[in-house]
Amino acid sequence: MTPENTVQDSDQPTKVIDSMAPSRAEIDASVRAILADVLGLDPNDVAEFDGDTGLFGHLPELDSMAVAGLLTEMEDRMDIVIEDDDVDGEMLETYGGLLAFAEAKSISV
Amino acid sequence: MLTNWPCPLPAGGSSDEYAVAFESGAKHRILLLPALFDEANKTRHQTIEIMRRFEGAGVDSVLPDLVGMNESLQPLAEQTLEGWQAAARAAAVHFQSTHMLSIRAGALLAPPSLPGWRYAPSGGKQAIRSMIRARTIASREAGTEEKSDNLTKLGETEGIELAGYQLGPAMFGQLAAAATPDAGNLTDIAQSDLGAGGGLWLRAEPDYDAAQADALAAIIIMSLPK
Repeated sequence: MTPENTVQDSDQPTKVIDSMAPSRAEIDASVRAILADVLGLDPNDVAEFDGDTGLFGHLPELDSMAVAGLLTEMEDRMDIVIEDDDVDGEMLETYGGLLAFAEAKSISV
Repeated sequence: MLTNWPCPLPAGGSSDEYAVAFESGAKHRILLLPALFDEANKTRHQTIEIMRRFEGAGVDSVLPDLVGMNESLQPLAEQTLEGWQAAARAAAVHFQSTHMLSIRAGALLAPPSLPGWRYAPSGGKQAIRSMIRARTIASREAGTEEKSDNLTKLGETEGIELAGYQLGPAMFGQLAAAATPDAGNLTDIAQSDLGAGGGLWLRAEPDYDAAQADALAAIIIMSLPK
């Protein structure tokens, strides 16, 4: 970090502007929030999802239109672009798969 | 509550279309411009709930079908975005609307003459992107691969069926090019202004949310002049 990358504010401690890549915790929170919206679930229920929680194929609500809405919402909220070839069974199968995909996408932009 | 209105056709003439109308000769009369396509289906119940809140507050409102939408007998494939914009302007005149409220991509239809609000406005681009993606996912599941690029070309040249909606090439091209319009004099209401819960258009199944309807209607009713 060069000094130009720091922000001085009289009331605030010196803050380093890091790269804009979100943390893993932020990505996890974003994906859970979007799933809660799509599934109409209480966020507390979605907070219980773990890596093995089944998504597409396990949740009857998630038809292709709902999955498409989910991915488009992820693009908008997480500022990523999802290509046709990115969408495969593995990323949609479980919560862990979707989260790993979101993490890989968020880092690569 | 159900009424008819003469909706102009793109090639001239008009078509009798349904409208849901809460009318009592009130001073304020709000024209509802609904979400489009799949999102229209997901948000229809909520849209009517919002209109009931207006009715309870002594504000008239109307939700007209435009040609090719909802219960219309006119073929959707022959409609254009410009045609719908002209239809929305005609509805504003026919129902003597004083304000408008658009929902999602209904923002594309806003008549320039009316003040009002846009709930979670979006463009046509996002709607097309989601519907094309849904088709690629469904076709992959069925074992027949379709590419977004090819579907986009098909839509632009011949028209395409997306999410059960048959779009002509003109409508497809106009929507695909349509970003969220500038707000101009209209006031945007974001989903986050309505408290907890996500947008109903995101839900996998059509649903409604009384608290969100209360919050949205309250924002609008409070800002209407007495």
